Amino acid sequence: MTDFFQEDLVSLHKKLVNKEITAVDLAKAALDKAEHAQKDVNAYITLDRQGALKRAAEIDAAGIDADNIFSGIPLAVKDNIVTKGLRTTAASHILDNFVPIYDAAVMEKLNKLGLVVIGKTNMDEFAMGGSTETSFFGKTANAWDHTKVPGGSSGGSAAAVASGLIPFALGSDTGGSIRQPAAFNGIVGLKPTYGRVSRWGLIAFGSSLDQIGPLTRTVKDNARVLSVIAGKDPRDTTSEDSPVPDFLANIEGGVKGLRVGVPKEYFAKGIDDDVKATIKKAIAKFEELGAVVDEVSLPHSRYGIAAYYILASSEASSNLQRFDGIRYGYSARQEGQTLEDLYVKTRSEGFGPEVKRRIMLGTFALSAGFYDAYFKKAAQVRTLIVSDFTKVFQDHDLILGPTTTSTAFDLGSEDDDPVKMYMNDLLTIPVNLAGLPGMSINAGFANHLPVGLQIIGRPFDESTIYRAAYAFEQATKLYEQHPEVSF
Amino acid sequence: MSSFETTIGLEVHIELKTKSKAFSPSPVNFGDPANENTNVIDWGYPGVLPSANKAALEGGMMAALALNAQISRDVHWDRKNYVYPDNPKSYQVTQQQTPIGHDGYVEIQMPDGQTKRIGIKELHVEEDAGKNSHSGKGYSLVDLNRQGTPLVEIVSQPDITSPEEAYLYLEKLRQLIQFTGISDVKMQEGSMRVDINISVRPIGAAKFGTKVEIKNVNSFQYARNTLIYEEERQREELMAGHTIGQETRRFDEPTKSTILMRVKEGADDYRYFPEPDLPPIHVSDAWIDEVRSRLPEAAATRVHRYMTEFGLSDKDAAVLTQTLEMANFFDQTVANGADPKRAANYLIGDVNAYLNETQLDLQNTKLTAVNLAELIKLIDDGTISTKQAKKVFTAITEGKDPKAYVTENGLVQLSDPSKLTPMISQILDNNQQSVDDFKGGKDRAIGYLTGQVMKSTHGNANPKVVHELLLAELSKR
Amino acid sequence: MSNSLPREDAAHVAQLAKLHFSDQQLDVLTGQLASILDLVETLNEVDTEGVEPTYTVSNNVNVLREDLAVKSGQKAALLANAPETQDGQIKVPAIIDEES
Ligand SMILES: [Mg+2]
Ligand SMILES: [Zn+2]
Repeated sequence: MTDFFQEDLVSLHKKLVNKEITAVDLAKAALDKAEHAQKDVNAYITLDRQGALKRAAEIDAAGIDADNIFSGIPLAVKDNIVTKGLRTTAASHILDNFVPIYDAAVMEKLNKLGLVVIGKTNMDEFAMGGSTETSFFGKTANAWDHTKVPGGSSGGSAAAVASGLIPFALGSDTGGSIRQPAAFNGIVGLKPTYGRVSRWGLIAFGSSLDQIGPLTRTVKDNARVLSVIAGKDPRDTTSEDSPVPDFLANIEGGVKGLRVGVPKEYFAKGIDDDVKATIKKAIAKFEELGAVVDEVSLPHSRYGIAAYYILASSEASSNLQRFDGIRYGYSARQEGQTLEDLYVKTRSEGFGPEVKRRIMLGTFALSAGFYDAYFKKAAQVRTLIVSDFTKVFQDHDLILGPTTTSTAFDLGSEDDDPVKMYMNDLLTIPVNLAGLPGMSINAGFANHLPVGLQIIGRPFDESTIYRAAYAFEQATKLYEQHPEVSF
Repeated sequence: MSSFETTIGLEVHIELKTKSKAFSPSPVNFGDPANENTNVIDWGYPGVLPSANKAALEGGMMAALALNAQISRDVHWDRKNYVYPDNPKSYQVTQQQTPIGHDGYVEIQMPDGQTKRIGIKELHVEEDAGKNSHSGKGYSLVDLNRQGTPLVEIVSQPDITSPEEAYLYLEKLRQLIQFTGISDVKMQEGSMRVDINISVRPIGAAKFGTKVEIKNVNSFQYARNTLIYEEERQREELMAGHTIGQETRRFDEPTKSTILMRVKEGADDYRYFPEPDLPPIHVSDAWIDEVRSRLPEAAATRVHRYMTEFGLSDKDAAVLTQTLEMANFFDQTVANGADPKRAANYLIGDVNAYLNETQLDLQNTKLTAVNLAELIKLIDDGTISTKQAKKVFTAITEGKDPKAYVTENGLVQLSDPSKLTPMISQILDNNQQSVDDFKGGKDRAIGYLTGQVMKSTHGNANPKVVHELLLAELSKR
Repeated sequence: MSNSLPREDAAHVAQLAKLHFSDQQLDVLTGQLASILDLVETLNEVDTEGVEPTYTVSNNVNVLREDLAVKSGQKAALLANAPETQDGQIKVPAIIDEES
């Protein structure tokens, strides 16, 4: 059976073209691994064995396209990205019977390229959380230590890639939901610039923050995936008409002369010493490779969490009001009930506690008399956070720092303390508020758990992020390390 | 009675005649089977996103221009949150903070001939909800065809002080909007909907009285009747020392009164916030000019043109411009070569009578400007008599070609002297008394003789020719 | 602004959000919301006098769709996903108060 730890898109493609393996072999391998790993990792909410094998057989029958690196490659998709005909739940009871009748824009693109969807990955319910523990479908485990959280909300996607179950997966990132699980699992996760990838078909959480992005083992694979999912979409009028460059063209260009800013706030109190030490070593590596590093300041970044929880929850409270048991999804119907009863019963039974908390917070922040003090205030602070970044990027090409405040924590350790949980996103949230591209890549290990290095770029300059990440990856070869698995 | 003053505010929703919906490409079409014109966006599916229809926004700009309003230069969309079965996303996309138009006015002609200006506070573009129907058996049914149809909501200033002014305002508003071509503005089809609020206070009181809302009034006549009733009810309540409750009422036709629907407890909390899924809009001067250049000629300009170019009376010009269809029909009839005065008379007389009788709108009849112009030309060139024209008019209401109809039915006016002269001779032979009377100077006799000729030709003779031939024949006797 | 959300306010917000909480749930929730609002309070340390709010970071302006109608052909599939339908319409418990 194919060992995905030893492969990337190029090597898999070569084997497919040379007929050493078939698309069906790859799909079977991914499905078998996924099924074996379900008990320990629980990376998937839904596995589509029948659909995936049928699709793979069709691709084999049509012949692998030698010019298309994605032809016949299996992937996993976060369960808040709608897939036509394949159950999409957003890890919520309220959608646990929902079969979409249309494809997300990214799925249209990937299907056209001949990729094979193996299944839908676990996540925090409606992407609200940083540990994949709020899922209606149970918790996912960290790839390196099954007693630890995989991070979230794209925990299933990250754990699947890091456990060698799949060559790559799609995630979504509203406040760190790609980068934080990528960090906790030691893989490469990129949140593109807001407007880079169409949100059509991404079940909305915070509409002004959400982006879909790739989780991969290697930097080049990440760049390859982004290049095919990026681009303007008339159905998402917030997607921008910025040209999609060839992200691989200059990826081997090195970091010599790159001006790198390291925000002092990203090494403040509250961040684990182990994490700080690992990241400092990584930054030293960049200097060694020729980057020009200096300290910068993002003075308003520490207000990011407060602003984010108001803005994202407010948008979410509105986005999630459509789940009412009337047109699709779970419906708590009963004889003789009133309309109000139907609404309240459906939503109270359908949503989990974290989702309800955020709906409550957001509804409150928008309600009469509180809008200016909360929603508008947060939006003003957002302006200051954006301008902090703008200032730094006037004379820096990239910003480096830790992705997370700690390594993966114990499963169940933070479920009942929302504020503690929210603090995990301290370092990723400002990037979403500013709409910037950001990546997490493995920087090394602390206590046998991966530590994520965050690389933040200028708007629509994912290329420079990839270039820096590739230089670091090649210098450290950390991606060659992977957890011991039995599947 | 006169110690109270009334303040009326009107919120009018106008449905725009766009091809597609405000934020989704589904067709806008009245009367299709339920849910036929819906897609995943209209159903508020998970993951869908809106895309704003340019024509809907420009419809709002056109309405703003027609109502003398300022156009906002920086516009963004807002979400108005409320949960209802006909509102699938549980929010309506509207322009709460930055309405496309603001500070406009409408001038109404008061019965005493004075002109009064009614201020327009704002007008905004938004999306319509779907339609609920009530079974009366414990459930309701929802059709989302109408969901997302673009609306312009027009909010008046509290300048209206009587039910009659409200009526005149609505009439004027309908005319102004109709002449922009953005909407059919039909109350009966729901493309114009009126919500009213009315309050009464003692003259000189600093604060307005408590507003009572009346929702979904379905004709201008009802609006006036509702207001007459409600004004009186509130005055009586106040005179009896009662307070007016903040409530929503509806007009009940059978009893000609308003009925309480619900008492409002505090303000609604719609949790408005800027719609993050739609980019903002910047309106440039050039864009406004371009939209203005596409506006059809307004009613007032047409009235002026009809009077100066065609010599029509102000009254006739006003009747012709009551609806856009009538005015367009008139213009086209004239453009097809009809005499303007005769065309005006036809439209004001026969055509209006026909529309009243059949209860049809002009565009739903088989009448065409080409056929009406042809009919008028047939009269003018003497081919048919005005009496025959009546039959031809009936024929063109059935969509028949006037010339063909005239030929097929032998309606051509009898003007040929070689056919008329023998008939006249015989009639003179048979009416010697009348011939004698004529010779004796009794001019009336010629009228009788003409009548006899017309009778024997079943009214088909050309009266002018008959008159000339009679004189000639009589002079021979 | 007060950083604790009174219980009655929480109940009112729940009503707006169409959620029901038991008394015990509401106790826990108000406590959690209070600590979240404590966190949010830190925003007051920031001077935002005269600062324009940012509601979107998209650079897009005037992205408007041409007025072209497209039939979805999705009616049957849409109705099939609805929990209850009748005569091509979505069936819901009786709507009493007509809103517009
Ligand atoms: Mg409105
Ligand atoms: Zn409205």
